[in-house]
Amino acid sequence: MEVAIAMAGTVEKERPRWLAGVIPYKTMGYWRPDYEPEDTDVLAAFRLTPQDMVDPEEAGAAVAGESSTATWTVVWTDRLTAHENYQGKCYKVVPVPNTNPPQYMAYIAYKLDLFEEGSVPNLTSSIIGNVFGFKALKALRLEDMRIPTQYVKTFQGPPHGIINEREMLNKYGRPLLGATIKPKLGLSPRNYGRVVYEALRGGLDFTKDDENINSQPFNRWRERSLYCIEAVRRSEEMTGEIKGHYINVTAATMEEMYRRAEFAKEIGSNIVMIDLTIGFTAMGSMSKWARENTLLLHLHRAGHATYTRQKTHGVNFRVLSTWCRLIGVDHIHAGTVVGKLEGDPKAIRGYYDRLREDFNPVDPERGFYFDQDWCHMPGIMPVASGGIHAGQMHQLLHYLGEDVVLQFGGGTIGHPMGVSAGAEANRLAVEAMIQARNEGRDYMKEGPDILKKAAKHSAALASALDVWGDITFDFQSTDTLDTVETPTASR
Amino acid sequence: MHVTQGTFSYLPALSEDEIKAQIQYGIDQSWAVAIEFTDDIHPRNVYWEMWGFPDFDAKDAAAGLFEVNRCREAYPSHYIRVTLYNPKLTKQTTGLQFIVNRPTNEPGFTLNRTEVNDRVIHYTLHPYASEKPHGERYQEGAYPDYHGN
Repeated sequence: MEVAIAMAGTVEKERPRWLAGVIPYKTMGYWRPDYEPEDTDVLAAFRLTPQDMVDPEEAGAAVAGESSTATWTVVWTDRLTAHENYQGKCYKVVPVPNTNPPQYMAYIAYKLDLFEEGSVPNLTSSIIGNVFGFKALKALRLEDMRIPTQYVKTFQGPPHGIINEREMLNKYGRPLLGATIKPKLGLSPRNYGRVVYEALRGGLDFTKDDENINSQPFNRWRERSLYCIEAVRRSEEMTGEIKGHYINVTAATMEEMYRRAEFAKEIGSNIVMIDLTIGFTAMGSMSKWARENTLLLHLHRAGHATYTRQKTHGVNFRVLSTWCRLIGVDHIHAGTVVGKLEGDPKAIRGYYDRLREDFNPVDPERGFYFDQDWCHMPGIMPVASGGIHAGQMHQLLHYLGEDVVLQFGGGTIGHPMGVSAGAEANRLAVEAMIQARNEGRDYMKEGPDILKKAAKHSAALASALDVWGDITFDFQSTDTLDTVETPTASR
Repeated sequence: MHVTQGTFSYLPALSEDEIKAQIQYGIDQSWAVAIEFTDDIHPRNVYWEMWGFPDFDAKDAAAGLFEVNRCREAYPSHYIRVTLYNPKLTKQTTGLQFIVNRPTNEPGFTLNRTEVNDRVIHYTLHPYASEKPHGERYQEGAYPDYHGN
């Protein structure tokens, strides 16, 4: 749709508001520097990169307008409504220092009335459904949102949450451990179950289908589910612990997903997983199902990085985290800091806290633009997955904390002494590090020594440190917070 | 076998100083100190027997260790665990839990399979020790040496 933004110089000061034709969004009521956001408003912070010659306040007003009531020309039908109630209000535009081309943060308030209760599809269609393709902007990024308590309360939230998960597993005081089954594609169901058994039996708490394992010719879902549950139960027999394998129920239709989830439940799984690519509506259905049937729900954020990682354009992952907590899910992949996937350490800490904490205060250091109160909605267990290994355990604990699932796919299955030894190495490393932390040691500094000492009792851990000790992924983050000049070092 | 429930089960058995250090960690965060014991080690057995009340006013890790040893004297061949409980708003759950005593011989479990329709199996996890009545399950009077290894 063509959008013509009128240049400031051509505004006719005496032009009647309701005369048909094109007038600036600023004069339609979408630029409201006088407006005090109410506690019940939904708030959004957008990073704008206007086209040259476009007034930033007009750009902010256009975003506010086109994510609420506006269209590109005056419409008389506006007058059938109490339009001021329904208009998004851009109440502040602030330049972002040291940006070229110049960027601005635009703060926009929306009345609660604009949104359907309990619907993330509606919330997202409203806020991001229309504005991102605008010609008047070179780029647009939704940096953060504030969901008012009145709206939070209309959502189910995570089916179970961190505390219920730990109590179900009976595992406290340490990160949980998982592994994605590798290779990503090709294993037959029976061979697949072997990897699950070895990893769980060796010491991990969970194993995981990869996001692209759904039901392919080499490994159909029903066959795979049967072998995986056999592997899970066998590992419980050998350890006396509760274990789980995330059975991926992602499918082409909701009906098929329900069928796969019901089967997972029938055969005794305590958890299922879904990919982000199923969409927010399917996620909502699965969330409701997971709570009603008492299974945990793991979300793989498949495809998110197409729109979350560039600093100037897209949706920041912290907003996706907010949406997923509302829907909600029990696990979500949220970054590792020291692994193979992109992420600035402080920003990632922000994601983790947005998922876990009951209240997120404004904090530029973590990328929080608004206070966000979760009203005791359960937290999501963040999942750290991608290129991490036992030799980084001190860094992982330091950056990510204790309420996290650390997933070591290659870092378990690639162990020279075998999958089970890889699992044992990871479990021993995490327990030794937690013991040291609780004793008050400077575990971040002494980490390598703590691991070496623990390795004295374990050939498996010694071998893991030997093979991977020096591996770390040290690329500059493409997506740093505005408060830092240079990306935070991830060592 | 070696049942790996609890947070430190992959480490060598904790010494008394190590147990005290973990209890102190809980006390520093105003967590309650609780001790429980059982001879039913099935992983879905949530309610172990309570050794006294949880101590919500615990100030002294040595007192916690003292109670651990008293419980060991009374139930030398039971599983005993320390639970450090966080009563705060939005938590109200266990912060840390670890086993501090176990029978010398742990016979472990067997997996019973009942085959039903469509290759589905109904599983039952069966602890061997549960074949005997409570109190007769593990060899009396023996527990691992916590001071030497």
